[in-house]
Amino acid sequence: MSCLETIQAYGLRSIGIGERLLPRSDFTLCDQFTLIGSGMIWNIYFGALALFIGFFMATGLALAKFSSNIWLRKPAEWFIFILRGSPLFIQFFLAYETFVLLPKVGVDINLGFAEITAETRWLTKAWLGALIVLFLNTAAYSGEIFYGALRSIPKGDVEAADAYGLTGWTRFKRIIWPTMLRLAWPAYTNEAIFLFHATTLVFFSGFPAWQQSGDALYYANYFADKTFNPFVPYPILAGYFILLTLSVITVFGLINRKLNRHLPQEQRRKMRIRPQFMR
Amino acid sequence: MFSFCADPETLSGLTWVSCYLTTGKHMGFYASFGTVMLLLLVTAPTALLFGFGGAMAARSVVAPIRWFGKSYTSIVRGVPDIAFFLFFVIALDQGIEWMRHKVKCPDWPEAVRQGNDFVVCSEAKMPLSSSAQWVHEIYGFSLAVLTFAIVFGAFAANVLFGAMRAVPRAQIETAEAYGMSRRQAFWRILVPQMWVYALPGLSNLWMILIKATPLLFLLGVEDIVYWARELGGLKTNAFAYPHPDWRLWYFLGLLVFYLVLTRVSEIALARMMTKLTHGQATTGGEAQRKAAA
Repeated sequence: MSCLETIQAYGLRSIGIGERLLPRSDFTLCDQFTLIGSGMIWNIYFGALALFIGFFMATGLALAKFSSNIWLRKPAEWFIFILRGSPLFIQFFLAYETFVLLPKVGVDINLGFAEITAETRWLTKAWLGALIVLFLNTAAYSGEIFYGALRSIPKGDVEAADAYGLTGWTRFKRIIWPTMLRLAWPAYTNEAIFLFHATTLVFFSGFPAWQQSGDALYYANYFADKTFNPFVPYPILAGYFILLTLSVITVFGLINRKLNRHLPQEQRRKMRIRPQFMR
Repeated sequence: MFSFCADPETLSGLTWVSCYLTTGKHMGFYASFGTVMLLLLVTAPTALLFGFGGAMAARSVVAPIRWFGKSYTSIVRGVPDIAFFLFFVIALDQGIEWMRHKVKCPDWPEAVRQGNDFVVCSEAKMPLSSSAQWVHEIYGFSLAVLTFAIVFGAFAANVLFGAMRAVPRAQIETAEAYGMSRRQAFWRILVPQMWVYALPGLSNLWMILIKATPLLFLLGVEDIVYWARELGGLKTNAFAYPHPDWRLWYFLGLLVFYLVLTRVSEIALARMMTKLTHGQATTGGEAQRKAAA
């Protein structure tokens, strides 16, 4: 098979499109690059969606933890403590075992244009079950980061908002939330990078890879097992992940620039690794 | 364990539970908690040592050493740690066997890598196929520890490199003004002062290390995750203690274990930070001084 044919056969293999059988012998470099790259679809899917949904929940969690109302604060504190205090690996196992035990029922959801049946069976599949775990996990970590940022909003900013007569939702939307994001952004970038790394755990932690469609690490591990040579697939995986990390840094850097655009040049906070905020 | 456990069929209620929880397999489960703690206690200092070496290399004036140090410290930022775990366990194993092969069987006619096989002479196998089960287990565990140390060493190198740069430049300049050599200034001025800057990062690293210990399972060590899956799974009547699928409860137990472990560490590390900040020329030290006054 030429390399182009390989890409056609296996380029979307991880989402079930293309050749059914994985290559079994005579693995070429092209095979490995294509399949591992195809697996990256899952890593990007899990990482991007979990980050996006998690972002909103994290804002809510941070506000709840910052609130003076004990009924909001305590649940938020406990949620963050449990999800940050335990390994993601165990959370995956725990969630999977819980989802398996759920009764199998379907709920009809009317989307207006079409009717779909949401089934609890979906929760035992990686695409939904693992996504939920990753989403809750990143919400807890980012919630803590946002909470820290909320606490370090300069008092003067809030007082100025009060002086202008801004209250409630307007004050939050125009002063508190942007400032919180600006302060939290470098640490949040770290969180995003490590979340993408954490997506590699999914198919090693209970959630089965259905029809051998797994993520990049799943395929890298497949090749390493078959060829008994870890020196080719893992560096390929590393290359893909370095590219992914660089793109995350670029995108988050652009947002960082936008968040800081009103500040004088030398006051802008640089993006660099912050070891105290690694997950 | 207890004398009344001889015939599990006749037991019920609390006695059943007490017998169930003290079977030989459960003892293995409890012992595996010891494995986790052992891993933590061995890995932490080793990783710190690796990290210190990495940070020193990254600051070296010799360019090749500096490049090595820089790439070692930055690699963990780009690549998932679990990929390193899976890689190093095989790579280290093959590396060791390959070296032994070169030494012990220098006139072996065939290539070590034959297609999809990795073949070394039987004297070079590590551990030898004739050695006892416990040797295999110890070897597997040591490989896991080394792997953890390499990966977390890179994280620690990151933290320590940052901490070394955080020590005020004036301190080093003063040392130079007193006529200290580069080496003296490093060991006498920089190293004693950097810990307070390193501690927040290192505490976080300790937390990550705790939370990475279940990955031992992926490295083929019989750790707590292995036993939780083994013991919790559905047991039919063919077993002495039949029960439905209890994996959920076993994993809940593990969750609680980790929560306690991280909470205790958090409190201990906060105390340590208070101790280290005492009398330092940082905002933390200043706040302590004001609070006392």
